[in-house]
Amino acid sequence: MAKIIVVTSGKGGVGKTTTSAAMGTGLALQGFKTVVIDFDVGLRNLDLIMGCERRVVYDFVNVIKQEANLNQALIKDKRTENLYVLPASQTRDKDALTQEGVEAVLNELSETFDYIICDSPAGIEKGAQMALYFADVAIVTTNPEVSSVRDSDRILGILQSKSRRAERGEVVEEHLLLTRYNPSRVEAGEMLSVADVEDILAIPLLGVIPESEAVLKASNAGVPVILDAESDAGQAYDDAVQRLLGKELEHRFLQVPKKGFFQRILGGR
Amino acid sequence: MNDASFQLKGSAVSIVVIELYQFSVDSFAEQLGQKVRQAPQFFQQSPVVISLEKLTEDQPVDFTALLDICREFHLQPMALRAVPEHLVAAARETHLALIPATQRNDTELETPQAEPASSDTQPEVVVKKIVEERLVRRPTKVITRPVRSGQQVYSDGDLVVMAQVSAGAEVLADGDIHIYGTLRGRALAGVQGDTNAKIFCQNLSAELIAIAGNFILSDSLQEKCWQDAAYISLEEDSLQVQPLS
Repeated sequence: MAKIIVVTSGKGGVGKTTTSAAMGTGLALQGFKTVVIDFDVGLRNLDLIMGCERRVVYDFVNVIKQEANLNQALIKDKRTENLYVLPASQTRDKDALTQEGVEAVLNELSETFDYIICDSPAGIEKGAQMALYFADVAIVTTNPEVSSVRDSDRILGILQSKSRRAERGEVVEEHLLLTRYNPSRVEAGEMLSVADVEDILAIPLLGVIPESEAVLKASNAGVPVILDAESDAGQAYDDAVQRLLGKELEHRFLQVPKKGFFQRILGGR
Repeated sequence: MNDASFQLKGSAVSIVVIELYQFSVDSFAEQLGQKVRQAPQFFQQSPVVISLEKLTEDQPVDFTALLDICREFHLQPMALRAVPEHLVAAARETHLALIPATQRNDTELETPQAEPASSDTQPEVVVKKIVEERLVRRPTKVITRPVRSGQQVYSDGDLVVMAQVSAGAEVLADGDIHIYGTLRGRALAGVQGDTNAKIFCQNLSAELIAIAGNFILSDSLQEKCWQDAAYISLEEDSLQVQPLS
Protein backbone atom coordinates (compact mmCIF):
# COMPACT_ATOMS: atom_id res chain seq x y z
CA MET A 1 0.00 0.00 0.00
CA ALA A 2 1.38 3.32 -1.07
CA LYS A 3 1.27 6.37 1.11
CA ILE A 4 -0.69 9.14 -0.59
CA ILE A 5 0.74 12.61 -0.02
CA VAL A 6 -1.02 15.76 -1.18
CA VAL A 7 0.96 18.94 -1.70
CA THR A 8 -1.57 21.71 -1.24
CA SER A 9 -1.86 25.36 -0.20
CA GLY A 10 -5.10 27.04 -1.19
CA LYS A 11 -3.21 29.99 -2.59
CA GLY A 12 -1.51 29.87 -5.95
CA GLY A 13 2.13 30.55 -6.75
CA VAL A 14 3.50 29.55 -3.36
CA GLY A 15 5.57 26.63 -4.63
CA LYS A 16 3.33 23.55 -4.71
CA THR A 17 4.65 22.17 -7.97
CA THR A 18 8.26 22.97 -7.08
CA THR A 19 7.70 21.16 -3.77
CA SER A 20 5.98 18.18 -5.41
CA ALA A 21 8.87 17.76 -7.84
CA ALA A 22 11.49 18.17 -5.12
CA MET A 23 9.85 15.91 -2.55
CA GLY A 24 9.06 13.27 -5.16
CA THR A 25 12.63 13.27 -6.39
CA GLY A 26 13.92 13.23 -2.81
CA LEU A 27 11.82 10.18 -1.89
CA ALA A 28 12.92 8.38 -5.06
CA LEU A 29 16.56 9.14 -4.25
CA GLN A 30 15.99 7.45 -0.90
CA GLY A 31 15.02 4.31 -2.81
CA PHE A 32 11.23 4.57 -2.63
CA LYS A 33 9.26 3.97 -5.80
CA THR A 34 7.48 7.28 -6.21
CA VAL A 35 4.97 8.77 -8.62
CA VAL A 36 4.05 12.45 -8.82
CA ILE A 37 0.57 13.17 -10.22
CA ASP A 38 -0.33 16.56 -11.65
CA PHE A 39 -3.92 17.37 -10.62
CA ASP A 40 -3.83 20.81 -12.24
CA VAL A 41 -5.87 19.77 -15.27
CA GLY A 42 -5.84 22.51 -17.87
CA LEU A 43 -2.77 24.23 -16.38
CA ARG A 44 -0.18 21.52 -16.76
CA ASN A 45 3.12 22.56 -15.14
CA LEU A 46 4.66 19.61 -13.34
CA ASP A 47 6.08 18.12 -16.53
CA LEU A 48 7.95 21.39 -17.18
CA ILE A 49 9.40 21.58 -13.69
CA MET A 50 10.48 17.95 -13.94
CA GLY A 51 11.79 18.32 -17.46
CA CYS A 52 9.68 15.70 -19.16
CA GLU A 53 7.31 17.90 -21.15
CA ARG A 54 8.45 16.55 -24.50
CA ARG A 55 7.65 12.99 -23.52
CA VAL A 56 3.99 13.48 -22.66
CA VAL A 57 1.79 11.31 -24.86
CA TYR A 58 -1.10 10.21 -22.67
CA ASP A 59 -2.18 11.92 -19.48
CA PHE A 60 -4.08 11.51 -16.20
CA VAL A 61 -7.46 12.28 -17.82
CA ASN A 62 -6.87 9.72 -20.57
CA VAL A 63 -6.32 7.10 -17.89
CA ILE A 64 -9.43 8.16 -15.96
CA LYS A 65 -11.49 7.96 -19.14
CA GLN A 66 -9.85 4.61 -19.93
CA GLU A 67 -8.52 5.90 -23.23
CA ALA A 68 -5.07 4.74 -22.18
CA ASN A 69 -3.71 2.45 -19.51
CA LEU A 70 -1.47 3.57 -16.68
CA ASN A 71 1.74 2.21 -18.15
CA GLN A 72 1.20 4.22 -21.31
CA ALA A 73 0.67 7.45 -19.39
CA LEU A 74 3.37 7.11 -16.71
CA ILE A 75 6.58 8.87 -17.64
CA LYS A 76 9.74 7.40 -16.16
CA ASP A 77 12.17 10.07 -15.02
CA LYS A 78 15.45 9.98 -16.91
CA ARG A 79 17.66 11.29 -14.10
CA THR A 80 16.28 9.60 -11.05
CA GLU A 81 15.65 5.93 -10.59
CA ASN A 82 12.26 4.94 -9.07
CA LEU A 83 10.62 8.22 -10.11
CA TYR A 84 7.57 8.52 -12.35
CA VAL A 85 5.35 11.38 -13.45
CA LEU A 86 1.67 11.21 -14.34
CA PRO A 87 1.03 14.45 -16.23
CA ALA A 88 -2.20 16.42 -16.32
CA SER A 89 -4.22 17.05 -19.44
CA GLN A 90 -3.74 20.50 -20.89
CA THR A 91 -6.85 20.47 -23.05
CA ARG A 92 -9.49 19.49 -20.47
CA ASP A 93 -10.76 21.12 -17.30
CA LYS A 94 -11.18 19.98 -13.71
CA ASP A 95 -14.59 18.42 -14.39
CA ALA A 96 -12.77 15.60 -16.16
CA LEU A 97 -11.66 14.42 -12.71
CA THR A 98 -14.25 12.07 -11.22
CA GLN A 99 -13.93 10.65 -7.75
CA GLU A 100 -14.36 7.07 -8.99
CA GLY A 101 -11.85 7.62 -11.79
CA VAL A 102 -9.23 9.14 -9.45
CA GLU A 103 -9.80 6.38 -6.93
CA ALA A 104 -9.32 3.67 -9.56
CA VAL A 105 -6.03 5.24 -10.72
CA LEU A 106 -4.75 5.65 -7.15
CA ASN A 107 -5.70 2.08 -6.29
CA GLU A 108 -3.81 0.75 -9.27
CA LEU A 109 -0.76 2.88 -8.46
CA SER A 110 -0.92 1.79 -4.82
CA GLU A 111 -0.17 -1.77 -5.80
CA THR A 112 3.31 -1.01 -7.12
CA PHE A 113 4.38 2.35 -5.66
CA ASP A 114 5.60 3.33 -2.18
CA TYR A 115 4.63 7.00 -2.41
CA ILE A 116 2.03 8.79 -4.50
CA ILE A 117 2.43 12.56 -4.50
CA CYS A 118 -0.60 14.56 -5.60
CA ASP A 119 0.32 18.02 -6.85
CA SER A 120 -2.82 20.02 -6.09
CA PRO A 121 -4.03 22.98 -8.14
CA ALA A 122 -4.59 26.27 -6.33
CA GLY A 123 -8.00 27.11 -4.90
CA ILE A 124 -10.49 25.05 -2.94
CA GLU A 125 -12.67 23.88 -5.82
CA LYS A 126 -13.05 20.52 -7.45
CA GLY A 127 -9.46 20.05 -8.63
CA ALA A 128 -8.02 20.81 -5.19
CA GLN A 129 -10.66 18.71 -3.44
CA MET A 130 -9.94 15.74 -5.73
CA ALA A 131 -6.22 16.05 -5.06
CA LEU A 132 -6.65 16.01 -1.28
CA TYR A 133 -9.61 13.62 -0.96
CA PHE A 134 -7.61 10.38 -0.86
CA ALA A 135 -4.58 11.77 1.01
CA ASP A 136 -3.02 10.11 4.05
CA VAL A 137 -0.52 12.92 4.49
CA ALA A 138 -0.72 16.60 3.58
CA ILE A 139 2.20 18.91 2.96
CA VAL A 140 0.76 22.39 3.31
CA THR A 141 2.95 24.78 1.36
CA THR A 142 2.82 28.29 2.74
CA ASN A 143 4.61 31.58 2.11
CA PRO A 144 5.39 33.73 5.14
CA GLU A 145 2.68 36.20 4.28
CA VAL A 146 -0.78 36.71 5.81
CA SER A 147 -2.99 35.81 2.84
CA SER A 148 -1.07 32.63 2.14
CA VAL A 149 -1.32 31.63 5.82
CA ARG A 150 -5.06 32.32 5.85
CA ASP A 151 -5.57 30.17 2.74
CA SER A 152 -3.50 27.37 4.23
CA ASP A 153 -5.68 27.48 7.32
CA ARG A 154 -8.73 27.16 5.09
CA ILE A 155 -7.29 24.18 3.22
CA LEU A 156 -6.44 22.50 6.56
CA GLY A 157 -10.10 22.83 7.52
CA ILE A 158 -11.16 21.20 4.25
CA LEU A 159 -8.59 18.42 4.73
CA GLN A 160 -9.99 17.53 8.12
CA SER A 161 -13.62 17.74 7.07
CA LYS A 162 -13.92 16.70 3.42
CA SER A 163 -11.20 14.12 2.86
CA ARG A 164 -11.81 10.40 2.82
CA ARG A 165 -9.97 10.02 6.13
CA ALA A 166 -12.14 12.72 7.71
CA GLU A 167 -15.28 10.95 6.49
CA ARG A 168 -14.02 7.78 8.15
CA GLY A 169 -13.30 9.65 11.39
CA GLU A 170 -9.55 9.46 10.87
CA VAL A 171 -7.03 12.28 10.78
CA VAL A 172 -4.90 13.37 7.83
CA GLU A 173 -1.27 13.79 8.91
CA GLU A 174 -0.42 17.49 8.49
CA HIS A 175 2.96 19.06 7.72
CA LEU A 176 3.83 22.69 7.25
CA LEU A 177 6.38 23.58 4.60
CA LEU A 178 7.30 27.22 4.65
CA THR A 179 8.67 28.33 1.28
CA ARG A 180 10.27 31.55 -0.01
CA TYR A 181 11.52 32.34 3.46
CA ASN A 182 13.78 35.36 3.63
CA PRO A 183 15.41 35.79 7.06
CA SER A 184 16.60 39.35 6.41
CA ARG A 185 13.10 40.49 5.47
CA VAL A 186 11.78 38.75 8.58
CA GLU A 187 14.34 40.63 10.64
CA ALA A 188 13.22 43.87 9.01
CA GLY A 189 9.65 43.04 10.00
CA GLU A 190 8.48 42.77 6.38
CA MET A 191 7.74 39.08 6.53
CA LEU A 192 6.07 36.74 9.01
CA SER A 193 8.54 34.69 11.01
CA VAL A 194 8.51 30.89 11.28
CA ALA A 195 7.17 31.28 14.84
CA ASP A 196 4.30 33.52 13.66
CA VAL A 197 3.19 31.03 11.02
CA GLU A 198 3.55 28.05 13.38
CA ASP A 199 1.50 29.91 15.97
CA ILE A 200 -1.34 30.64 13.53
CA LEU A 201 -1.49 27.25 11.81
CA ALA A 202 -0.55 25.09 14.78
CA ILE A 203 0.77 22.14 12.77
CA PRO A 204 4.24 20.55 12.86
CA LEU A 205 6.92 22.19 10.73
CA LEU A 206 8.36 19.93 8.04
CA GLY A 207 10.82 22.43 6.67
CA VAL A 208 11.69 25.97 5.75
CA ILE A 209 12.81 26.58 2.17
CA PRO A 210 14.76 29.82 1.85
CA GLU A 211 13.97 32.22 -0.97
CA SER A 212 16.61 31.33 -3.50
CA GLU A 213 17.69 32.08 -7.03
CA ALA A 214 18.38 28.37 -7.40
CA VAL A 215 14.63 27.63 -7.41
CA LEU A 216 13.86 29.77 -10.45
CA LYS A 217 16.96 28.52 -12.20
CA ALA A 218 16.01 24.90 -11.54
CA SER A 219 12.42 25.43 -12.69
CA ASN A 220 13.50 26.97 -15.96
CA ALA A 221 15.97 24.17 -16.54
CA GLY A 222 13.40 21.50 -15.74
CA VAL A 223 15.53 20.01 -12.98
CA PRO A 224 13.97 19.56 -9.52
CA VAL A 225 15.84 21.93 -7.21
CA ILE A 226 16.61 19.14 -4.74
CA LEU A 227 19.13 17.83 -7.30
CA ASP A 228 21.10 21.08 -6.90
CA ALA A 229 22.87 19.90 -3.77
CA GLU A 230 24.98 23.06 -3.65
CA SER A 231 21.99 25.35 -3.22
CA ASP A 232 20.42 26.20 0.14
CA ALA A 233 16.92 25.47 -1.25
CA GLY A 234 18.05 22.06 -2.47
CA GLN A 235 19.55 21.23 0.93
CA ALA A 236 16.44 22.48 2.70
CA TYR A 237 14.23 20.20 0.58
CA ASP A 238 16.55 17.31 1.30
CA ASP A 239 16.15 17.98 5.04
CA ALA A 240 12.36 18.06 4.60
CA VAL A 241 12.40 14.65 2.88
CA GLN A 242 14.47 13.23 5.77
CA ARG A 243 12.02 14.65 8.30
CA LEU A 244 9.06 13.23 6.39
CA LEU A 245 10.74 9.83 6.72
CA GLY A 246 10.97 10.32 10.47
CA LYS A 247 14.45 11.76 11.01
CA GLU A 248 14.88 14.60 13.47
CA LEU A 249 16.95 17.38 11.99
CA GLU A 250 17.43 20.90 13.15
CA HIS A 251 15.90 23.56 10.92
CA ARG A 252 18.44 25.46 8.85
CA PHE A 253 18.48 28.72 6.93
CA LEU A 254 16.40 30.57 9.52
CA GLN A 255 19.04 33.20 10.27
CA VAL A 256 20.48 35.95 8.10
CA PRO A 257 23.72 34.52 6.68
CA LYS A 258 26.78 36.21 8.14
CA LYS A 259 28.77 38.12 5.60
CA GLY A 260 32.24 36.84 4.96
CA PHE A 261 35.39 38.97 5.35
CA PHE A 262 35.77 39.73 1.66
CA GLN A 263 32.08 40.40 1.20
CA ARG A 264 32.24 43.00 3.96
CA ILE A 265 35.34 44.64 2.52
CA LEU A 266 34.04 44.63 -1.02
CA GLY A 267 30.45 45.50 -0.03
CA GLY A 268 29.00 42.49 -1.85
CA ARG A 269 25.50 41.35 -1.15
CA MET B 1 -53.57 51.65 28.70
CA ASN B 2 -53.64 50.71 32.37
CA ASP B 3 -57.43 50.56 32.68
CA ALA B 4 -57.67 46.88 31.81
CA SER B 5 -59.80 45.09 34.40
CA PHE B 6 -58.26 41.71 33.86
CA GLN B 7 -55.86 39.59 31.99
CA LEU B 8 -56.50 36.11 30.75
CA LYS B 9 -53.93 33.58 31.75
CA GLY B 10 -53.50 29.87 31.50
CA SER B 11 -52.49 28.11 34.68
CA ALA B 12 -52.12 24.54 35.77
CA VAL B 13 -53.10 23.71 39.32
CA SER B 14 -53.00 20.40 41.06
CA ILE B 15 -56.26 19.18 42.32
CA VAL B 16 -57.70 16.17 44.09
CA VAL B 17 -59.35 13.81 41.68
CA ILE B 18 -61.87 11.22 42.84
CA GLU B 19 -61.57 8.47 40.36
CA LEU B 20 -64.82 6.54 40.46
CA TYR B 21 -64.88 2.84 39.69
CA GLN B 22 -68.47 2.21 40.67
CA PHE B 23 -71.11 4.09 42.60
CA SER B 24 -73.40 2.99 45.35
CA VAL B 25 -74.46 5.52 47.96
CA ASP B 26 -73.56 3.49 51.03
CA SER B 27 -70.12 2.16 50.13
CA PHE B 28 -69.05 5.49 48.59
CA ALA B 29 -70.07 7.42 51.70
CA GLU B 30 -68.30 4.95 53.93
CA GLN B 31 -65.05 4.82 51.99
CA LEU B 32 -64.87 8.56 51.48
CA GLY B 33 -65.55 9.04 55.19
CA GLN B 34 -62.56 6.82 56.00
CA LYS B 35 -60.23 8.80 53.74
CA VAL B 36 -61.38 12.10 55.12
CA ARG B 37 -60.92 10.97 58.69
CA GLN B 38 -57.31 10.10 57.91
CA ALA B 39 -56.55 13.70 57.01
CA PRO B 40 -59.41 15.98 57.80
CA GLN B 41 -57.41 19.13 57.15
CA PHE B 42 -56.24 17.97 53.79
CA PHE B 43 -59.80 17.65 52.59
CA GLN B 44 -61.16 20.75 54.31
CA GLN B 45 -63.00 22.73 51.60
CA SER B 46 -60.84 21.03 49.07
CA PRO B 47 -61.87 21.42 45.44
CA VAL B 48 -62.25 18.06 43.73
CA VAL B 49 -62.78 16.76 40.25
CA ILE B 50 -64.77 13.58 39.83
CA SER B 51 -63.39 11.45 37.09
CA LEU B 52 -65.49 8.80 35.43
CA GLU B 53 -62.69 7.54 33.24
CA LYS B 54 -62.34 4.26 35.08
CA LEU B 55 -66.03 3.75 35.67
CA THR B 56 -67.19 0.21 34.98
CA GLU B 57 -69.13 0.29 31.75
CA ASP B 58 -72.80 1.24 31.69
CA GLN B 59 -72.97 1.88 35.41
CA PRO B 60 -75.67 4.31 36.35
CA VAL B 61 -74.51 7.13 38.59
CA ASP B 62 -76.76 9.17 40.81
CA PHE B 63 -74.96 12.50 40.50
CA THR B 64 -77.15 14.29 43.04
CA ALA B 65 -76.35 11.73 45.72
CA LEU B 66 -72.70 11.67 44.76
CA LEU B 67 -72.28 15.41 45.04
CA ASP B 68 -74.26 15.56 48.29
CA ILE B 69 -71.95 13.03 49.92
CA CYS B 70 -68.89 14.97 48.77
CA ARG B 71 -70.23 18.22 50.17
CA GLU B 72 -71.11 16.49 53.39
CA PHE B 73 -67.43 15.77 53.88
CA HIS B 74 -66.59 19.40 53.10
CA LEU B 75 -65.30 18.75 49.61
CA GLN B 76 -66.13 21.12 46.80
CA PRO B 77 -66.85 19.30 43.54
CA MET B 78 -65.79 21.50 40.66
CA ALA B 79 -66.08 19.40 37.60
CA LEU B 80 -66.82 16.01 36.12
CA ARG B 81 -64.19 14.50 33.95
CA ALA B 82 -64.56 12.00 31.12
CA VAL B 83 -68.30 11.56 31.42
CA PRO B 84 -69.42 8.55 29.33
CA GLU B 85 -72.00 9.16 26.66
CA HIS B 86 -74.99 7.65 28.45
CA LEU B 87 -74.42 9.87 31.50
CA VAL B 88 -73.87 13.18 29.75
CA ALA B 89 -77.49 14.29 30.04
CA ALA B 90 -77.58 13.53 33.75
CA ALA B 91 -74.20 15.19 34.25
CA ARG B 92 -75.42 18.42 32.68
CA GLU B 93 -78.15 18.62 35.32
CA THR B 94 -75.46 19.08 37.99
CA HIS B 95 -74.34 22.38 36.38
CA LEU B 96 -70.73 21.39 37.00
CA ALA B 97 -68.11 21.81 34.35
CA LEU B 98 -67.60 18.80 32.13
CA ILE B 99 -64.01 18.25 31.12
CA PRO B 100 -62.62 15.72 28.70
CA ALA B 101 -60.36 12.84 29.61
CA THR B 102 -56.70 13.68 30.03
CA GLN B 103 -53.81 12.15 28.24
CA ARG B 104 -51.37 12.75 31.03
CA ASN B 105 -50.77 10.11 33.63
CA ASP B 106 -51.88 11.19 37.04
CA THR B 107 -49.80 10.50 40.05
CA GLU B 108 -51.45 8.71 42.84
CA LEU B 109 -51.95 11.19 45.59
CA GLU B 110 -50.67 10.30 49.00
CA THR B 111 -52.90 11.65 51.64
CA PRO B 112 -50.93 13.16 54.49
CA GLN B 113 -51.26 11.45 57.82
CA ALA B 114 -53.82 12.81 60.24
CA GLU B 115 -52.56 15.44 62.58
CA PRO B 116 -54.08 16.15 65.94
CA ALA B 117 -56.97 18.34 65.06
CA SER B 118 -56.58 21.90 66.19
CA SER B 119 -59.00 24.45 64.98
CA ASP B 120 -56.62 27.35 64.51
CA THR B 121 -54.20 25.68 62.11
CA GLN B 122 -54.67 26.83 58.57
CA PRO B 123 -55.76 24.29 56.03
CA GLU B 124 -52.82 23.07 54.04
CA VAL B 125 -52.39 24.53 50.64
CA VAL B 126 -53.01 21.84 48.13
CA VAL B 127 -52.86 23.93 45.03
CA LYS B 128 -49.47 23.81 43.47
CA LYS B 129 -48.08 24.07 40.04
CA ILE B 130 -47.76 20.68 38.50
CA VAL B 131 -46.59 21.56 35.07
CA GLU B 132 -43.19 22.96 35.76
CA GLU B 133 -41.19 23.84 32.76
CA ARG B 134 -38.76 21.00 32.52
CA LEU B 135 -35.34 22.37 31.87
CA VAL B 136 -33.80 19.94 29.45
CA ARG B 137 -30.02 20.13 29.58
CA ARG B 138 -28.54 19.91 26.16
CA PRO B 139 -25.26 18.03 25.93
CA THR B 140 -22.05 20.02 25.64
CA LYS B 141 -20.27 19.73 22.30
CA VAL B 142 -16.53 19.23 22.64
CA ILE B 143 -14.18 19.96 19.73
CA THR B 144 -10.61 18.76 20.10
CA ARG B 145 -9.13 19.85 16.77
CA PRO B 146 -8.56 23.41 15.57
CA VAL B 147 -11.56 25.13 14.02
CA ARG B 148 -10.06 26.39 10.77
CA SER B 149 -10.84 29.38 8.59
CA GLY B 150 -14.15 28.85 6.78
CA GLN B 151 -15.40 26.26 9.23
CA GLN B 152 -18.44 26.75 11.40
CA VAL B 153 -19.25 24.84 14.56
CA TYR B 154 -22.60 25.06 16.31
CA SER B 155 -23.80 23.54 19.57
CA ASP B 156 -27.37 23.66 20.81
CA GLY B 157 -25.96 23.47 24.32
CA ASP B 158 -22.57 24.64 25.52
CA LEU B 159 -19.52 24.46 23.30
CA VAL B 160 -15.99 23.58 24.36
CA VAL B 161 -13.12 23.97 21.88
CA MET B 162 -9.89 22.45 23.16
CA ALA B 163 -7.82 23.97 20.35
CA GLN B 164 -7.61 27.25 18.51
CA VAL B 165 -10.34 28.98 16.52
CA SER B 166 -8.66 30.45 13.44
CA ALA B 167 -9.36 33.79 11.85
CA GLY B 168 -12.30 33.38 9.50
CA ALA B 169 -13.78 30.52 11.54
CA GLU B 170 -17.03 30.80 13.43
CA VAL B 171 -18.16 29.07 16.63
CA LEU B 172 -21.77 29.37 17.79
CA ALA B 173 -23.71 28.01 20.75
CA ASP B 174 -27.10 28.37 22.35
CA GLY B 175 -25.25 28.28 25.66
CA ASP B 176 -21.73 29.19 26.77
CA ILE B 177 -18.55 28.91 24.72
CA HIS B 178 -15.19 27.87 26.19
CA ILE B 179 -12.07 28.04 24.06
CA TYR B 180 -8.85 26.57 25.44
CA GLY B 181 -6.74 27.94 22.62
CA THR B 182 -6.38 31.22 20.81
CA LEU B 183 -9.66 32.71 19.63
CA ARG B 184 -8.89 34.54 16.39
CA GLY B 185 -12.22 33.97 14.66
CA ARG B 186 -15.79 34.75 15.65
CA ALA B 187 -17.55 33.48 18.75
CA LEU B 188 -21.30 33.86 19.18
CA ALA B 189 -22.87 32.61 22.41
CA GLY B 190 -26.55 32.58 23.34
CA VAL B 191 -27.58 32.64 19.71
CA GLN B 192 -31.16 31.73 20.64
CA GLY B 193 -31.30 34.78 22.85
CA ASP B 194 -29.91 33.57 26.18
CA THR B 195 -28.57 36.77 27.71
CA ASN B 196 -26.85 34.80 30.48
CA ALA B 197 -24.56 33.06 28.01
CA LYS B 198 -20.84 33.73 28.40
CA ILE B 199 -17.67 33.28 26.40
CA PHE B 200 -14.41 32.13 28.00
CA CYS B 201 -11.12 32.01 26.15
CA GLN B 202 -7.43 31.53 26.87
CA ASN B 203 -6.32 34.12 24.36
CA LEU B 204 -8.69 36.80 23.18
CA SER B 205 -7.75 37.78 19.61
CA ALA B 206 -11.25 37.56 18.20
CA GLU B 207 -12.64 39.16 15.05
CA LEU B 208 -16.06 39.35 16.62
CA ILE B 209 -17.71 38.45 19.91
CA ALA B 210 -21.47 38.24 20.31
CA ILE B 211 -23.84 37.28 23.10
CA ALA B 212 -27.58 37.08 22.41
CA GLY B 213 -27.23 39.27 19.35
CA ASN B 214 -25.11 41.99 20.99
CA PHE B 215 -21.74 42.07 19.31
CA ILE B 216 -18.39 43.83 19.38
CA LEU B 217 -15.66 43.81 16.76
CA SER B 218 -11.94 43.37 17.32
CA ASP B 219 -11.31 47.11 17.14
CA SER B 220 -13.34 47.64 20.30
CA LEU B 221 -11.74 44.64 22.00
CA GLN B 222 -8.18 45.97 21.92
CA GLU B 223 -8.34 47.92 25.19
CA LYS B 224 -8.99 45.10 27.61
CA CYS B 225 -7.46 41.63 27.91
CA TRP B 226 -6.42 41.62 24.25
CA GLN B 227 -4.40 38.46 23.57
CA ASP B 228 -5.00 37.46 27.13
CA ALA B 229 -7.26 35.09 29.02
CA ALA B 230 -10.71 36.66 29.35
CA TYR B 231 -14.39 36.04 29.75
CA ILE B 232 -17.14 38.06 28.19
CA SER B 233 -20.64 38.47 29.57
CA LEU B 234 -23.66 40.60 28.83
CA GLU B 235 -24.52 43.23 31.43
CA GLU B 236 -27.50 45.41 30.65
CA ASP B 237 -27.19 45.12 26.87
CA SER B 238 -23.48 45.82 26.78
CA LEU B 239 -20.71 43.26 26.52
CA GLN B 240 -18.22 43.24 29.39
CA VAL B 241 -14.73 41.83 29.01
CA GLN B 242 -13.15 40.63 32.22
CA PRO B 243 -9.78 39.01 32.89
CA LEU B 244 -9.83 35.30 33.65
CA SER B 245 -7.88 34.89 36.84
